[in-house]
Amino acid sequence: MKKVILIVSFLFIGLTGFAQNKNAKATIEVDGVCGMCKERIEKASIQAKGVKSAIWNVHTHELNLIYNAKKTNLTKIQQSIADSGHDTKAIKAKDEVYDKIDPCCKYRDPKVVADHH
Amino acid sequence: MKKILFILLFTVSVFGFSQEKLTGIITEIVDDKEVPLGGANVFWLDTSIGAVTDFDGNFEIDYSPDYKKLVVSYVGYKTDTLTVNSAKHIKHSLVSTANLDEVTVTARQKATARSFIEPANVLNVSSEELLKAACCNLAESFETNPSIDVNFADAISGTRQIKMLGLTSPYILITTENIPSIRGASQAYGLSFTPGTWVESIQITKGAGSVTNGFESIAGQINAELQKPSMDDKLFVNAYGAGNGRLELNTHLNTKVGEKWNTGLYIHGNMRETEFDKNDDSFLDAPLMKQVNVMNRWQYTDTERGYVGFFNIRYLNDEKQTGQVNFDKEIDRGTTNAWGSQINTERFDVSSKFGFVNPDLPWRTGGIQLAYSHHNQESYFGLNDYNITHNSLYANFQYNSIIGDSRHKIKMGISAAYDSYKELVITQDFNRIENSGGAFVEYNFDNLGNLNFTAGLRGDIHNRLGAFITPRFHLRYTPWERSAFRVSAGRGKRSANIFAENQQFFASSREFNILNNDGKIYGLDPEIAWNYGVSYMQGFNLFGRGGDITVDFYRTDFENQIVVDRETPNEINFYNLEGESFSNNYQVELNYNPFQRFDMRLAYKYYDVETTYLSGKKQNALTPNHRFFVNTAYETFPTAKGGHWKFDATYNYLGEQRFAGTKSYLNTIGLSEFSPSVSTLNAQVTKVFSSNFEIYVGGENITNVKQDNPIVGSDNPFGSNFDTTYVYGPIFGSSYYAGIRYRLN
Repeated sequence: MKKVILIVSFLFIGLTGFAQNKNAKATIEVDGVCGMCKERIEKASIQAKGVKSAIWNVHTHELNLIYNAKKTNLTKIQQSIADSGHDTKAIKAKDEVYDKIDPCCKYRDPKVVADHH
Repeated sequence: MKKILFILLFTVSVFGFSQEKLTGIITEIVDDKEVPLGGANVFWLDTSIGAVTDFDGNFEIDYSPDYKKLVVSYVGYKTDTLTVNSAKHIKHSLVSTANLDEVTVTARQKATARSFIEPANVLNVSSEELLKAACCNLAESFETNPSIDVNFADAISGTRQIKMLGLTSPYILITTENIPSIRGASQAYGLSFTPGTWVESIQITKGAGSVTNGFESIAGQINAELQKPSMDDKLFVNAYGAGNGRLELNTHLNTKVGEKWNTGLYIHGNMRETEFDKNDDSFLDAPLMKQVNVMNRWQYTDTERGYVGFFNIRYLNDEKQTGQVNFDKEIDRGTTNAWGSQINTERFDVSSKFGFVNPDLPWRTGGIQLAYSHHNQESYFGLNDYNITHNSLYANFQYNSIIGDSRHKIKMGISAAYDSYKELVITQDFNRIENSGGAFVEYNFDNLGNLNFTAGLRGDIHNRLGAFITPRFHLRYTPWERSAFRVSAGRGKRSANIFAENQQFFASSREFNILNNDGKIYGLDPEIAWNYGVSYMQGFNLFGRGGDITVDFYRTDFENQIVVDRETPNEINFYNLEGESFSNNYQVELNYNPFQRFDMRLAYKYYDVETTYLSGKKQNALTPNHRFFVNTAYETFPTAKGGHWKFDATYNYLGEQRFAGTKSYLNTIGLSEFSPSVSTLNAQVTKVFSSNFEIYVGGENITNVKQDNPIVGSDNPFGSNFDTTYVYGPIFGSSYYAGIRYRLN
């Protein structure tokens, strides 16, 4: 009997584990400083296939994502953001991409960051 | 003993650990020196844990390593969020938003702003702009706005008529919080039934509007957002008095009721009891009037579940008396002893709005709007009686979502309307019921960069207009920085309430004729028009100061129109358009900020509005070809207490306007074919003592421009040439006013 329960509960766990959420939510930190960054970050996120909504907060640097977990995952989304020139905790933007973003968006430069505060 | 001390110390330290505090000081920079800022709010983001700095700028706030983001805010300063990783002492300076002007040009919110992003050509007018014209209702609030023309409908009722793209207000859909409000029976005087202080902001959409609010708009849409009980001042009092005898009192009371409810009571009263006949034509220059207008709003907000609701109830009683100075309404009504007129209106409105946002999926939102109004006007103009009762029901349900991702938005919904009209026109009764139901869908695409567009379509079934579809389209494209190129097109259809919309003609000896009889609305057909527009806006920096320039062209083409023909002497004829009727409107508008705290707006408009009358194609009467507009505003720097001065001035030039009628007839009544051009100047000075109290004084029509003999045939008001509708300019001359505003939060 115990075994049956164990198996059934494993099955359930397995099921829930595999049932992927069509409206998965995540909040990740993305570096940026201004409204232009916001536009770029949100655009890069939403252009990644499967992302339904992306809202970045310029004060907290938090990006609230809602995405279809069947079609994409956080790594892919973060890669897309990094490709646009913005660092996330997991994936940093390549220097040559970062160099191309607008001077007012240079979030790695402490002076630019200070100017926005 | 030592043991006790140890225990005591131990407990204190434990206590200390569980209630760790973060301390700091908040300052502002004045002349390069840091000065403590008392009263600033400090709180942890997304928590209810907060503190306020003391007189010396010091604060102490509970700390836990879980709290990372500390928000520092103070009214008039830029809000900052600090990342805190340990409980070490914090020292932070806030930047005044007044200084931000020097850093970024757009930091100070503009009183009137056109969006660079919206697909439609929408002008947002904030409450700050509304304060520039101190008086007093929605009709007058457009006087500082070049997109809307405000003029007098006639020489006796003091009614302001608005026009957009050269077309009168029936062609504009006027909504209150997106519920169609000024229509049907309230078309003529409705704008004066919304007190200016009730209005929080106005959105003006030029050209075809959105399909979500119905099919009636042709020239554009005007939406007035009212004060929200949760945002408005706890107590607001505005008193106004003018040399032209007008007195107004506005009181707002707002309070929170329980956790989720706010309520507001808005009371407006105005009156004029002084009689003026400065031009000695035996007629009052401005009507005697009395209005009581009371509204109660309830606002429901449940942020957790994502519900918001508004419930309004409003009662209005408005009485106007005008005509000859010696007219006694008790004795002379219905006689030819003296010419007089009374317009009494009673109106009752109930409306509710309920909106929801799915807290998990924020793009799923929806709303229901329900509105009922009862409008009753009893009036006479000399020997002409005109009564109208209009009952109206309106319902709208809308659901918004996305397709795939938030670049593709979709709105869909259904709406229904019921209107019943009962009219007495001179001696004839007209009763009419209109009902309609429809469904709409509006798709919006936004590439989050240089392009977005809205395409809307609605289908309606109307008992008098038939079954029809209404397409509308708006597009915005940004070819380069700080620019917006817009295109719009759309169709509108409506039934013309010929008497309610043209009731100024009752104050004349003209005979009313309807020349068609096979249509379903007074024997006439529905009005149908297409509107097309292009607009280009460019922001720029000149001598280091910001500005923007907008160039517009809009064309309205009538497929059918109910022509209001006043070309034949002593007659007013209504008939279906045969031939062409159009309005071409060119506008150039320049906004510039030549030096700090000084805003300047210049506009030039050229109209070509022509209609095919029975007597041939002509320029519409009383529609100037040229209009030039200047508005300037200057504000001094606020003192420590927030006191400052505001100066506003508006100059308007209207080119010559055509008078209706044949040349020979115009000569017999002492008019030439065209009116002279008119220039008027209004100015206002406001002294703000603090955020609680301000006083303003101003002058309307300072250069004292007056139309000579605004009433044709005033010496014989029951004769065949009597007409009060040949009005091209101000009747009253200059008038000065003063008022106060008091707020308590």
